[in-house]
Order: sequence, then C-alpha cells, then structure tokens
Amino acid sequence: MVKKAFIKVTLKEEVLDPQGKAVLSVLKSSGYGNVKDVRVGKYIELDFNEDESGKRRPLKEEAEEISEKVLSNPLIEEFSIEIK
Amino acid sequence: MDNKKIKAGITVFPGSNCDADVYRVLNSVFGVNASFIWHKDEIKDLKKYDFIVIPGGFSYGDYLRSGALAARSPVMQSVKDYAAKGGIALGICNGFQILLEAGLLDGVMLANRSLKFECKDVYLKTLNTETPFTCAVKKGAVLKMPIAHHDGNYFATESLISGLGRKKSVIFKYCDEKGGITAGSNPNGSILNIAGISNAAGNVMGLMPHPERSSEKILGSEDGGWIFKSIIKYIKEK
Repeated sequence: MVKKAFIKVTLKEEVLDPQGKAVLSVLKSSGYGNVKDVRVGKYIELDFNEDESGKRRPLKEEAEEISEKVLSNPLIEEFSIEIK
Repeated sequence: MDNKKIKAGITVFPGSNCDADVYRVLNSVFGVNASFIWHKDEIKDLKKYDFIVIPGGFSYGDYLRSGALAARSPVMQSVKDYAAKGGIALGICNGFQILLEAGLLDGVMLANRSLKFECKDVYLKTLNTETPFTCAVKKGAVLKMPIAHHDGNYFATESLISGLGRKKSVIFKYCDEKGGITAGSNPNGSILNIAGISNAAGNVMGLMPHPERSSEKILGSEDGGWIFKSIIKYIKEK
C-alpha cells in the first residue's frame, strides 16, 4: 500500500546557500580539500492515511501540491518527490 | 479625532516576541487603543480595527522557513481578507517575512550575507512619503532604527523588482548616516539595499528594522515613531 512521500527541498542553483558555504568552509578547514561545494537542503517525510474509499486522487499529485504550496518557496527553492 | 478612538490589532503567534513592544508603543506612547489578536482566535472579520500590526519574533521557531507557518495560520487568512478590502497592515521583521510568505508582498528573505544574526542600529532612506506608513515623514528623510534578524536579505526576481519600482513600492532603503545608499550601509545583502516595501495598492508594508524599538528617547532614537505617527495621521485624515 502506497502511503509515504519522501520530499527533498533544495535551494535553486542560482540562489546563494549561506549554510552550504559555512559547511564547506568547515569541511575545508577539517582537511576535506576534495569537497568543491556544499548545498544544504531539507528532507521531509509525509505519512498518509490509508485510502479507504479508493477514490482519492493520486498521492503524487497531493504531495506535489503540498510541496509547492507549503513545503517550498518557489521563488528560491525546488523540490523532488519520491513515493514509496 | 482622539487617538484613543483608533483601534489597532497586534497579531500574536507562538514565538512572537515584539508584540509587547508594539503594544506598549501604540498604547503608552501614542495613546492608540491597541489589543492583541491570538493567532487561533476566530476573528473572521478584522474590520473593527483601523490597522493591523504583525510584530517581529520567531513565529513557530522559524521552522520550515521564516514566517512560513504563521503565514498559513487562520488569523493570516483574516489579514489577507482585511488587506484585500484596503485595510492597513504593517509587518515588522518576522512580520515582514510572514507577509512575504502569505503572498501579500512580493519577494523572499534569504539568510544574511554575513551568515550572522545582525543586531544594530541602521539608517533608512525614505523613498516614498505618499503611503499610510510614511505620510508624516519628510521626503527623503533619513531615519535611525535598529535591526535584529538572521534572515533579512531581501531577494526578488528582476521582474518583481522592476514591478516594485514602477509602483513606487520600495519605501525604505538602507543608507549611511547622510542618506547615501551604499554597499557599506547594507547590513544583510538585500538586493538594492531594500529594507521596506509595500504592496501595489500601498496599504500593506513590510519593514525589516524595528520602529517599535525606536519610538522613545530613552531607547536611543525616536525615528521609528514616524511610522506610527504616519499611520495615525493617515487614519485621521481618511
């Protein structure tokens, strides 16, 4: 039964990620010179109720709407969804 | 009209922390009849208020994004309806972030360029004095107010920025003591030094610095008082 959505929200490539930059500088000073760049994002799990009626719209559709309207700010962020 | 007859509503979310400061300034300094609106209170219609202030703080612990959760609370739906009917709404600091997240203002706040919480006095150049929030301010006046934020780096796409320019919606920019809008006077990396903007209609304004912390001499500046004096003047003359 499909009822979980795994969502990743990341800053768009062109948007500066200060958190990523801070982590990068710590990694460099910790000796991990091979790391070129760091981007920090968010990972969100949505656990859905069972679809008892069998009439619910596809989970992916609902997860997309939630991601667009609440979980991300489309001006600066993008998201990807995995349903399992 | 007596100031006491002017009714102001101050929204309160879990994590708001400038609500009491706004309450004090409105009631004790300007003699307005201000009261709190708890975010869960089912006030469907805010029309009894002459204006609404969304104060600063860390609503919902800044979870998800600054202002994102508060923007989707029931009271903000009421504020949206209120603003759509021309009601005056001022968002300060986190209140500004909430207005952006609620879609009442254009753009978004990123983390400060410095990656630090910036807490200091800044200078603001008043660019538009024909708004309910600045109608008592002298054109081009430089006002001193404190900032206290981590996510105050205003960002908007080019098309949104040109829209703001066309509608004279950029109300305040960070500047130096003499009013020069310079890179050095920009405390957080905001695009074009933007510190405060309004919506197209001009009845909703977001401001990153804190006028409520600079409305009394004992606090080092009374310049923030001009924002509240303007709102009061506007309501009286309306």
